[in-house]
Amino acid sequence: MKCTRCREPAEVKLRAHNSAFCRSCFVFFFQRRVARAVEHEKMFDRASRILVAVSGGKDSLALWEVLAEEGYTTVGFHLALGIGGYSSRSRERTEAFAAKRGLDLRVHALADEGLGIPDIVSATRRPACSACGTFKRHYFDAAALEFGCDVIATGHNLDDEAARLLGNVLHWQTDHLARQKPVMQPRHEKFVRKVKPLYLTSELETATYSFMRGIDYVVEECPNAAGASQLTYKAVLDRLEDTSPGTKVGFVRDFVVRGSAAFARDEEGDSARTCEGCGMPSFGALCSFCSLRAEVDRKLAARAKPAPTPSNA
Amino acid sequence: MRVCLNPQGRELQIDGVARVGDLLRRLEILPGTVLVIRGERLLTEDASLTPEDDIELRSVVSGG
Repeated sequence: MKCTRCREPAEVKLRAHNSAFCRSCFVFFFQRRVARAVEHEKMFDRASRILVAVSGGKDSLALWEVLAEEGYTTVGFHLALGIGGYSSRSRERTEAFAAKRGLDLRVHALADEGLGIPDIVSATRRPACSACGTFKRHYFDAAALEFGCDVIATGHNLDDEAARLLGNVLHWQTDHLARQKPVMQPRHEKFVRKVKPLYLTSELETATYSFMRGIDYVVEECPNAAGASQLTYKAVLDRLEDTSPGTKVGFVRDFVVRGSAAFARDEEGDSARTCEGCGMPSFGALCSFCSLRAEVDRKLAARAKPAPTPSNA
Repeated sequence: MRVCLNPQGRELQIDGVARVGDLLRRLEILPGTVLVIRGERLLTEDASLTPEDDIELRSVVSGG
């Protein structure tokens, strides 16, 4: 198979784009695709200070490298989730990546607060991905504020967005559909814009870019992901994509262009209050992060209480 | 040839496949869901394979 651009031997075939690329042409294609998404959706500009949320996986590290090489001002932020060896290895890879490229990385470890995702799950019986999402949203917002960033960029890719869209449609989660955009504008002065520059870039493309660029990313899956519905949706979409290449990109791009506006009225209103716990914007007295923390603290304290003895029972 | 499936770390001995596309079909893996790696290079579906090859099939799927 020959490269569509230069006719050298190809290393990757992208059926959705009816193209095949050699290494150097693929890297060019990938970087240009990310740059076009940023420009087309007006995600940020050269004056922006971008907080890149980096997990140690292929998507976020590839995104960080592309943005840094494009000359954007970036600050990497890694939230160490305390999920055993998986989190340790994710942090190590992220730190090694940043050190090798001389990039500015800030790390916050939940373990430093004596609380990891497994503790939260065990105390509250909430699904791990739900607790993890609440914590990530809080710490990303807080980090952007602390480090003076005016935009948060995450590595959500086309497959993530297609799976999320399918899930939201299957359950008609209209409020979630209203928020499914490549650019989420802030609705409070303490929040910043959130963007997804890889929203039209597939997992195959981010994995290929990372491999070709020698990015040493964490290949293993989060142990909590097993059985997650998002993986089922991805498997279904992979079947559709195999039968009809371009299905995923059409699904997500056309929703953004033609579908999302229909759900705008279902979007939640502004967070008008200030959380009494952390000072961040909130719908109620406590934000969802502080509510979850309070629930965990309550349940861990109840567990720690000694069981009543027969004499004082 | 020796085939390693990652991230599972599972190793298989597969014989009688001439091309990457045949290997993926044999293992019922959809093209586009894995990187097919031989040494420092990626292989496309039409690439020829030999019995001496050492191949890594690395899943590109992530998330939960």
